Formats: sequence, C-alpha cells, structure tokens
Amino acid sequence: MAAPRDYEDIPGTYVYDAERGRVGYHLNMFCMSLNDPENRRAFKANEAAYLDRFPLTAEQKQAVLKRDWLGMLQVGGNIYYTIKIAFCDGLTFQDVAGMMCNMPKDEYGKMMLAGGRIPTPENLRKRGENR
Amino acid sequence: MARIVGGIACSHVPAIGAALDKGTSTNPYWAPYFSGTTPAREWLASLKPDVAILIYNDHANALSLQMIPTFLLGTAAQFPVADEGFGPRPVPSVLGHPKLAWHLAENLILDEFDMTIANEMPVDHGLTVPLSVTCGQVPQWPFKVIPLCVNVIQYPPPTGVRCFKLGQAIRRAVEDFPDDLRVVVYGTGGMSHQLQGERAGFVNREFDTMFLDGMVNDPQKLTQLSHTQYMRESGSEGIEMVMWLAMRGALGDKVREAYRFYHVPTSNTASGLLCLEPT
Repeated sequence: MAAPRDYEDIPGTYVYDAERGRVGYHLNMFCMSLNDPENRRAFKANEAAYLDRFPLTAEQKQAVLKRDWLGMLQVGGNIYYTIKIAFCDGLTFQDVAGMMCNMPKDEYGKMMLAGGRIPTPENLRKRGENR
Repeated sequence: MARIVGGIACSHVPAIGAALDKGTSTNPYWAPYFSGTTPAREWLASLKPDVAILIYNDHANALSLQMIPTFLLGTAAQFPVADEGFGPRPVPSVLGHPKLAWHLAENLILDEFDMTIANEMPVDHGLTVPLSVTCGQVPQWPFKVIPLCVNVIQYPPPTGVRCFKLGQAIRRAVEDFPDDLRVVVYGTGGMSHQLQGERAGFVNREFDTMFLDGMVNDPQKLTQLSHTQYMRESGSEGIEMVMWLAMRGALGDKVREAYRFYHVPTSNTASGLLCLEPT
C-alpha cells in the first residue's frame, strides 16, 4: 500500500517526506555539519569550496549560495537543517520565516503579534477544493 | 511502587529558552508568556516529583538524518546540553534515572514498542525549554529526567494513536517498577505553528482550543486526527502534538485539569501549557 500523499495540496508547505528525503539527504547533512564551529569557519571562508565537499546538485548549491530559503525547501531542504545556515549568518528563525513568505521583517513580526497567519479557505486548501 | 502523579504538555520554542538565558523574559514581548506560565511552576513543585519522563523531539542535534529512530529512550546517568550551532544553553546538565529508564526499555520492548536505546546523548532545546518553563532558572533541575525522543522531523512521525498507546504502555511499566517514586510525564512541542514555506507563521487558535479541550476530556477523539489534518489545520510543525498524546496516554482514562495557558506569539508559534493530574 502506498502511503497517502493527501498533504501535497496544503498551500505553501513542503512536507519533508520520503520523496524529499531521497533528494535532500546530502543538502541537509551539509547543513548539519555547521553545528561544528570549525566547519562554520571553513564555510564562511569559502562557501563554494566548502559546498564541494558534499555531493550536492548544482541547483542545491545555487540555492545555498543565493540564500534562497524557499528554493532550498524545493530542492530537498528540511527547515530544521537549513535554518543552521541562517544561524551561521546571524539571522533568526523569524527573519527566515519572513523571507520565505516574502514579507518584510517588521510586517511578518506584526502579523505574529496580531495572532499569526490566521486560517482562511485559501491557506487551508487549494482554492475551490471541497472537503 | 512508582506512580504517575502528573502530566505536563508544554511547547518547546527555542526563543523561550533564549529569553530566559539572555535576561529578556520580563520585557513587554515576553512578560505575558512568563507570567502566564508561573502557576504551572508552583503546581509542579507541589507535586514533588522524583523523576520526569520527558517526551520531546531532537532538532538535528543529538540525531541527524543519518539514523532516524522513531522512539528513542535515554538510559544514561547524565545528558549534556547540546551545542545547537551557537553554544550550549547555560542550563544545568540533565541527570537521568538509569534504573527506571532500563526498566522502561525492557518493559516497553516486551510490550511491543521497539525502542531504540541511547546510552550517551546530548539533549537540545526540545527537552531543556520545557524544563526551564516549568522549573525556572535553577542551579540544578529538581528531579531526574528520562528523555524519550520521538521522530517528528522526517515524515511520517508515529501516528497519534500509536503515541497514545505508547503512553499507556509507559503507565503500565511505571506502575510495575518496585521503587517508590513520584513520576511526571511531559509531552512537548506544538501548538499550531508552521516554520517553513509561504505559509510560515500559520496559527490556528480554534484548532488549538479544540486540542486542549480534547486532551482533558476526549483524547480518544484526538487520536483519530490524521497526519494531514495536523499539518493542514495546525501547520506543518503542529504535527508535534502527537507527543502530547503520548503523555495523555500515560495518565489513564480520567484527568483533572490543574492549569491551562495559551499564548500567541512565541516567535513563530502558538504556545500551550497544560497541567493534568490523574484521578
């Protein structure tokens, strides 16, 4: 029996499932390596050279070098891992969350203070879908 | 005989720990959260627990994607505080209870829960933040802690019903332990939140209220929630709430709600705190 993937239509959501785990493993293990201060220094000294230590795809390398946080998720990144690049850059989780949904930092912060991104028919499911 | 005297559901947002560690817990952003959690500290202290079984998840610190145990039980005498990429949190290291932990490992495995056993393991904010919230800033944690780590990072996590049944098995195992110990069980994570994608910042107060009510009165109903329902209605990371059900399963059929607190936001997250006593 195939596992149901009835979560794929949740808007703006990248579930780190078997499909993404298959393509994202090395990208995420690169991120994990940044837990080590020595590796953080080596990455900061020459990002491209450091990335060459890992068998990443060209797309994955570009997403990291450009700090395309959303793009990383689309090429197999897991947010608990990719956030380690942000910590290495001195960014907070909230900074990155704002960038992923293309909102200025203060606007995202205000949205959270006002109770967060509240559920709507559009963000709960694809437009026009009946439950 | 050991017995379970209380259950605590508590979010484990890292920013909560950072607010305590950096001394910003009384500023206007954090003061409402910390004043709202104070009654839980008083309640927990009054229970005088000897040991906590703390159900949480690791966040790419002790574990990586290299090996992904679904349920992992820490049997060590001591668990160091993990360096999560910016130095370890300045909190006491966590002392375990190897005798009860090994008893749990044996009993749970023979009860058909295939636990992974960890003899050495650092613990991250998933475990230390709920301790900070419920014990405050202390030179030593006031009780021993047995970490029970659940995979919620690589989909699929264990189902809610599986977690609930694990909790029931934990209760049986605790009650079978000969030493006279007062045990509390933590279920951590949640509540509604989404850390990723264009829907980051998602919070669903209605879902969270339903979940808090269900934890008290109708946990069986909550065990029927599918993974997709959690992710759709409580955010992709809201699925962590399956760990609350493991705690609830350990408390038995009926509980008394001793305290409840709900607050938005803690960073990107809706935070919940629920204190339950078995009746």
